Amino acid sequence: MSEILLSVDHLTKRFGGVTAVNECSFQVQTGTITALIGPNGSGKTTVFNMVTGYLKADSGSITFKGEPIMRPRPADLYRRGLSRTFQQARIFPDLTVLENLVVAAGYSWKQLFGKRVTADDNARAHRMLEEFRLEQLADLPSGELSYGQRKLLEFAAVLMSEPSLVLLDEPTAGVNPVMIDTMERHVRERHANGVTFLIVEHDMQLVMRLCDPVIVLDRGAPIAFGTPAAIQSDPLVLEAYLGG
Amino acid sequence: MRALLARIGVVRAVIFFLILIIVPIVGGPVWLINTLIFTIMYAALASSWNLVGGYAGYPSLGHAAFFGLGAYAIAITFNKSVDGGYVPFIVLPIVGIGAALISLPIGWVAMRTRADVFAIVTITLLFIAQTLAFNLTGVTGGAQGTSVAVAPFAVDTYDWPFYYGMVVLLAVAMGISVYFRRSKIGLSLSTVRADEEKAHGVGVRVTAVKLIAFSVSAGLVAMVGGVWAYYVGFVYPQFAIDPLITIGMVLMAFLGGRGTLWGPVLGAFIMVPAQQYFAYTFGASELYLVAYAAVFLIIMLFLPRGILPSIADRLRKRRATANAREDIIPAVDVAATEGTGVAQ
Repeated sequence: MSEILLSVDHLTKRFGGVTAVNECSFQVQTGTITALIGPNGSGKTTVFNMVTGYLKADSGSITFKGEPIMRPRPADLYRRGLSRTFQQARIFPDLTVLENLVVAAGYSWKQLFGKRVTADDNARAHRMLEEFRLEQLADLPSGELSYGQRKLLEFAAVLMSEPSLVLLDEPTAGVNPVMIDTMERHVRERHANGVTFLIVEHDMQLVMRLCDPVIVLDRGAPIAFGTPAAIQSDPLVLEAYLGG
Repeated sequence: MRALLARIGVVRAVIFFLILIIVPIVGGPVWLINTLIFTIMYAALASSWNLVGGYAGYPSLGHAAFFGLGAYAIAITFNKSVDGGYVPFIVLPIVGIGAALISLPIGWVAMRTRADVFAIVTITLLFIAQTLAFNLTGVTGGAQGTSVAVAPFAVDTYDWPFYYGMVVLLAVAMGISVYFRRSKIGLSLSTVRADEEKAHGVGVRVTAVKLIAFSVSAGLVAMVGGVWAYYVGFVYPQFAIDPLITIGMVLMAFLGGRGTLWGPVLGAFIMVPAQQYFAYTFGASELYLVAYAAVFLIIMLFLPRGILPSIADRLRKRRATANAREDIIPAVDVAATEGTGVAQ
């Protein structure tokens, strides 16, 4: 299981005079739940945005499933099996909970002209709703969901395309402790089914429980990489978080 | 429940169109038929605009350019030396498809911008089209205008073909709206309207559905322009490619409710008669435009989402409150009898 799924090489991004990400290189191996942590402003979300095609890198390259991604575009990457969630959960509030899942499941050109929700779509979406225990909410406009439920729905939606790599941007930020456990359980379940995760997270207890390995970013570049235990005792990491 | 709602929708549409079909047969004063032609015309325009301005959330202000395109296509092909008869109506689909194709590259460029920038880019398109119409004198006749062949229809029922032409176009625009809503095109357009960036991120074919909405909308508007040109008989740049036509369709869709099926129709049936009334009351002066602007301001202040969505919202809130009340009572009972204190 040491195959490399995602490889980021010498990625750099500058905003005006600020170098947000500086010659950043790391790899995500197939079958892991890799954490990407670091102090505020260390460039975690910027890395996410570049990897998923939302932001153009100034330099550097990204390789996914052994193929270099020349022009990363969110929709292409999604269809190739790389999907993400956002720090502030982004769902489509006018659509029902079920439709949010259906639209994210992907469709062919022919299906674009076909029914809005086919019986097949419905069945697939209901399986996912069952997994996430959201069945009762299926027909509710998703704009009426609570913040935690939105995060759950966004997560469920990006799983509809059966991705091989999922990037979660602070999946438990701002949700209640029960929801944190729920989120963790779903990540574990999906991981057991063969999905690889790259997670940005500030809840260190969760990171230490759930993730292995852990990558620590500081000032736009990795300063440490290893098991949670090794990271916790790394002097560079302590320095980055506490000192300086 | 959903099947019932769908059936009510069909019944409503059948009744509406039956009334429209019957009105000229029953007869009425000339001014009534005339006002109705323009009302239905604007209903068709607003419904067509709604495909891109409502469902896709791209408020085009340039649609009068496509209206003018259709008007000139018919006016130039059937100029006064040709005996048109019903042929201009028959070739309308070709005009529509032609305009839709022309709109594709325009939409592809314009839709790289969003919201207010998109509105400005498209209004620029309108003025470019108007300037071209003024200056390509060889084709359009410039400021002199182009006259269309007089239709050889019987005097008593002269208006009928134009009237029914507009009714058919309104039906087509509404039919396409229904189709959009029931297909994945509509589902995808909703995501584009809500959060285009996120839509990209879940693999929605954003560019394709935007262009479908834009070109279908432009094609329909051009067809309406074609019927209009044949009806009024004379096409001048300042009337065929008129910012007021753009504002009219946008305003009506806003008033009734963007992104709804009946909103643009309702908007047109309120605004056009009102506009005629204002124009009649204030005479030939352009004071009626002030009234027009006042209506727009009032909508934006009190009904920013339009009439139908505001009513739907209010109804839903009332129902939710009623449901919540029903929910509370049994929950309390359960808690009391089981002593769990946990209410679902």
